[in-house]
Amino acid sequence: MKKNFFYFILISLIIFVFVLLYTAVFKSKSYIPATTINKKIKEFSAKDLFTDNEIEIKDLIHDKKITIINIWSSWCAPCRNEHIYLMKLSQDSKINLIGLNYKDDRSKAEVFIQELGNPFFKILEDPDGIISIDMGAYGVPETYIIDDKLNIIRKFIGELTFSNYEEIIDIINK
Amino acid sequence: MKLLKYIIFFIICIIQSNLYADNNSILIDKISKNLRCLICQGQSVYDSQSEFANSIKILINKKIQEGNSEEEIYSYLKNKYGQWIVYDTEINKKTVYLWLFPVILFVFGGILIIRKVFIN
Repeated sequence: MKKNFFYFILISLIIFVFVLLYTAVFKSKSYIPATTINKKIKEFSAKDLFTDNEIEIKDLIHDKKITIINIWSSWCAPCRNEHIYLMKLSQDSKINLIGLNYKDDRSKAEVFIQELGNPFFKILEDPDGIISIDMGAYGVPETYIIDDKLNIIRKFIGELTFSNYEEIIDIINK
Repeated sequence: MKLLKYIIFFIICIIQSNLYADNNSILIDKISKNLRCLICQGQSVYDSQSEFANSIKILINKKIQEGNSEEEIYSYLKNKYGQWIVYDTEINKKTVYLWLFPVILFVFGGILIIRKVFIN
């Protein structure tokens, strides 16, 4: 009786471990940091891509209720794909769209903008990627929706899609 | 004689600055080995050559120069990217089983062995 009980426990344990490992095999292993975090962006200043002037982020936000910061780069293919949505967003006068040019060559970034159009109110430079890390980003493209107190309302990791675009419009019109 | 003094002073300055750089780079390597790269997942920031990993290395250097300790740098990055970014897992509500399970297995196995020995 005691022996049967021992075998029962042992087999149950083996089945449990097997199911646990088997389900883990099919689970996605890539880690994505949380996208809906009520965190604040640290104030920063950066150089303007075109004029080379040092600009404080709070000066670009001041009275704007909602600001969108898009981290992009000319060498990033998904940035090229999402540009059409940024151009559409820029047509809405309520949207304050700021670009953060991530680890890019200035001349190439300028060519990118000339070719695809400039949706941004201002483009700031992040030559060593430190500002992006301070914002909690880890690659390009990433898009942040922030309020006038620099609180992150929504964060999109990766290329913006049509549904993301619609979601942004909903947030703006709230 | 005066010239010799200047030369010695100059050499000391160079040695000092080199030592400082070495200490910093040892600490940067130590910290970056304990960080996971979010782009090349499975590699440490130290091993990875992704843009993200390179930026993290620059950031660590900057933080060290600002006087931040190793722990402060970890907590800064954990705050940005979550606990996942460090290899050295801390004990909290989510990871308590991870830490407890080996102990439970060890105790359970130990009891089984002791019982077996004493019964035999």
